[in-house]
Amino acid sequence: MQLLLFNATNGLIQGVFYALMALGLALILSLNSVVNFAHGGFLLIGAYLAFTLMPYVGFWGGLILGPICAAILGLVAERVLVRPLYKRPDPIYSLLMTFGLALVMEDVVRTVWGAEGLPFTVPDWLNSPISQALFFITRYRLLVIAITIVAALGLYALLRFTRIGMRIRAGTRDLETVSTMGVDIYRLRALNFGLGCLFAGLAGVLAAGILGLTPTMGASLLMPSFVAIIVGGVGSLPGAVLGGLLIGLASGVTSTYYPAASEAVIFLIMAVVLIVRPRGLLGEEGLFE
Amino acid sequence: MRRYAAVAALWIVLLAVPWWLPLVGGYTALGTKVLVYGLAAIGLNLLMGYAGSLSFGHAAWFGLGCYGAGLVLKYVSVSTPLAIAVGTLAAGVAATLLGPLVMRKRGIYFAMITIAFGQLFYFIAVRWNEVTGGEDGLTGFARQPLHLGSLEIPLENTQLYYLVLLCFTAGVAFIAWLLRSPLGHTWVSIRENRRRAQFLGVGTDLFIWAAFAVSGLVTGLAGALNALLFNFASPQDLHYTLSGNFAIMVVLGGMRSFWGPLVGVVIFVVAQDYLSSLTRNWMTFIGLLFIAIVLLFPKGILGVLGHRRRRV
Repeated sequence: MQLLLFNATNGLIQGVFYALMALGLALILSLNSVVNFAHGGFLLIGAYLAFTLMPYVGFWGGLILGPICAAILGLVAERVLVRPLYKRPDPIYSLLMTFGLALVMEDVVRTVWGAEGLPFTVPDWLNSPISQALFFITRYRLLVIAITIVAALGLYALLRFTRIGMRIRAGTRDLETVSTMGVDIYRLRALNFGLGCLFAGLAGVLAAGILGLTPTMGASLLMPSFVAIIVGGVGSLPGAVLGGLLIGLASGVTSTYYPAASEAVIFLIMAVVLIVRPRGLLGEEGLFE
Repeated sequence: MRRYAAVAALWIVLLAVPWWLPLVGGYTALGTKVLVYGLAAIGLNLLMGYAGSLSFGHAAWFGLGCYGAGLVLKYVSVSTPLAIAVGTLAAGVAATLLGPLVMRKRGIYFAMITIAFGQLFYFIAVRWNEVTGGEDGLTGFARQPLHLGSLEIPLENTQLYYLVLLCFTAGVAFIAWLLRSPLGHTWVSIRENRRRAQFLGVGTDLFIWAAFAVSGLVTGLAGALNALLFNFASPQDLHYTLSGNFAIMVVLGGMRSFWGPLVGVVIFVVAQDYLSSLTRNWMTFIGLLFIAIVLLFPKGILGVLGHRRRRV
């Protein structure tokens, strides 16, 4: 029982990272119409820059600055590389471009910081478990969950209550109409891309404290995040979160009983969802069909 | 007329590879690799360039072909034709089974689902240690001499090249034949305007399914040949990185032309071979190559050439 609880918690924490990644991916997917393969790269940048900055700005400073650096880099990448591709209707170009960008970013990180894993130190008081029996629930893990909830709610508030959020939501429906109403859709999409990368960076910083820093952590978190979006439903942000938590949990629980299948199970869930409910759990009907 | 001349010239060049490739600093196995990847890329282009559905998970079919052939040689029988057949069919059957899950999806969504399903096979190969050899890949098998009646043909590099060329020709001829048939024209019509094809009474989903299955089958054949070439099946043959490489090869050569993917493969494989011997940071250069091709060269080499010729 304890083992199950232990694995379920681990899975849920993984799921939180998937959810954060999937949120950013889903934002970029719906407004920019780009499957951002480089999302793992932005995650790496966020995590490694936080690691490098932490000796100077402290743990909390790094936690804030890492994602911001990822977002700024995202803005630059959008302006230079993604923007020329909006005119091309075939999605293959943005896919291949971000794919190449992901290779470059991973290789740059490997060259600058080394291929070996780096220890990402979390303050001691955060690393202590909350009780003897529940030794696997550390304060840091609770912090990760709390920050994720705050970030998700913040995103919801931004999209729901601000003018820019309204424009983003409108743009995912009908970008042309938004444009004719006098909104600069290039700036809107740039902001949205940066926002997505902010979430990637946040996922990176938080994940580094639990999984450690390796140049491949971005790529390994990316694929489950795709699955999370498909399971949750393309076009739905709550769906992305739900999908991420669900597959993380399923993967964790499976590793208790049959560890070898802990990755395969998430694809099984995806297949079942696609058969039973092709639009995804919270997705809209007819999107991309 | 000019087209036939060009194709004839291509075939003469391909037939003569074992003679001229070493002279320009290559080796026969590199030529074989180009053919293997070329077959996979042409198989992918059937789906991508002609039917207009972007699959980003073709490494799955390639890898299934690899593992299928390798597992047969290792555990079942030392027959080369059986290994090729099983590898090809494994990929074809898997693609046929997964087709219904993706055939309704379009564009980016199609790509995302194919990426994800591709990774399923990767994780199976990595985690099913006892059978597949896990992370280290499947080893312990070697290609066997071909037996034609009482005649025994050893498969050294050169003979293997011709065997691969034979399979390549069969696969490419099959695709060319399909593309010239009404089926092929229907695929193009779906690519050009899916809704219009539906209004004309075409069951577009089923046609996409068919394209997906055929494409998987041909790519699986390439994978089986790859296992013979290296006497090795690696999880990397299933990884989405390879799917991306296939896609960029197709785009580099030209998605809208039949032979484009082969041109892209030649350039990409040679570049990869060269770069990885030159620098440890070859990943950066490959990545930059991706970005440069997409931003500067979206129509591909044959696409640009074809366009010029038509304008003149």
